[in-house]
Amino acid sequence: MPVEYIPRTRELYRNYPPYRWVVNSDVPPWTPLPRPISECKVALISSGGILYRDQPRFHREDASYRLIPKTATQAELDVWHFGYPTKDAKADHNCVFPLARMRELEAAGEIGALADPAYSFMGGIYSARKVRDELAPRLIEELKRARVDAFYLVPA
Amino acid sequence: MTSALDITQAVNPPRAVFVNFPLGHQTGKPNQPELQRQIVRDAMTAFETITRPGTIVHLPYVWDLNDNSWEQTDYTEGFLPERPPKEEADRAEAERRLRFSH
Repeated sequence: MPVEYIPRTRELYRNYPPYRWVVNSDVPPWTPLPRPISECKVALISSGGILYRDQPRFHREDASYRLIPKTATQAELDVWHFGYPTKDAKADHNCVFPLARMRELEAAGEIGALADPAYSFMGGIYSARKVRDELAPRLIEELKRARVDAFYLVPA
Repeated sequence: MTSALDITQAVNPPRAVFVNFPLGHQTGKPNQPELQRQIVRDAMTAFETITRPGTIVHLPYVWDLNDNSWEQTDYTEGFLPERPPKEEADRAEAERRLRFSH
């Protein structure tokens, strides 16, 4: 049975002001896929707090993001996040940042191309406004500049 | 991609793929590339198969066929890792800078 994370979050953070969950009840905006996924350029975005080589870590209420070269190896990646146990993600980033798996799908022709770079931010940001008005527009600009057809957003 | 069905239902994105795994494993278990690849492949396929905005595709993978006790404990008391002291974090960052400074 799926876990109900909203009540669990309320309980876990009961000593903090209650988080205001994003609730969208309208029909979501829809962009049709322009071509078969085997011909699409796909970007990978992870909110799991992934760092590449000497990139600085994330801080509290940090709405910045890191650019991760698509060729990055396990040894070049680290994880910095306080909202989930990062042990497994540190041991194998593909648990929340499936870069190696996306490269394989690209090599096999199952996706047209994996966009370079991939992106990561630290999703434990209390302010939904900050994400909506600062982080998301910047990432969207990046994706437009990179001319991707689709992006795959993986949380942690 | 999501492992938190209720949060994703509330956010209501155009397309989503749900796997019932503990947080921190949205694309699979560590060092199990076959499982990871299958989850990612299913997500890519969903780009084509989802035609109704707001659809959440449920994947069939099970974390542990013999034990679902993680569902009782995930994201409860003691779940969050201790925040390391600033000095420790600075040291780790300095080490990373040193290791990759060439």
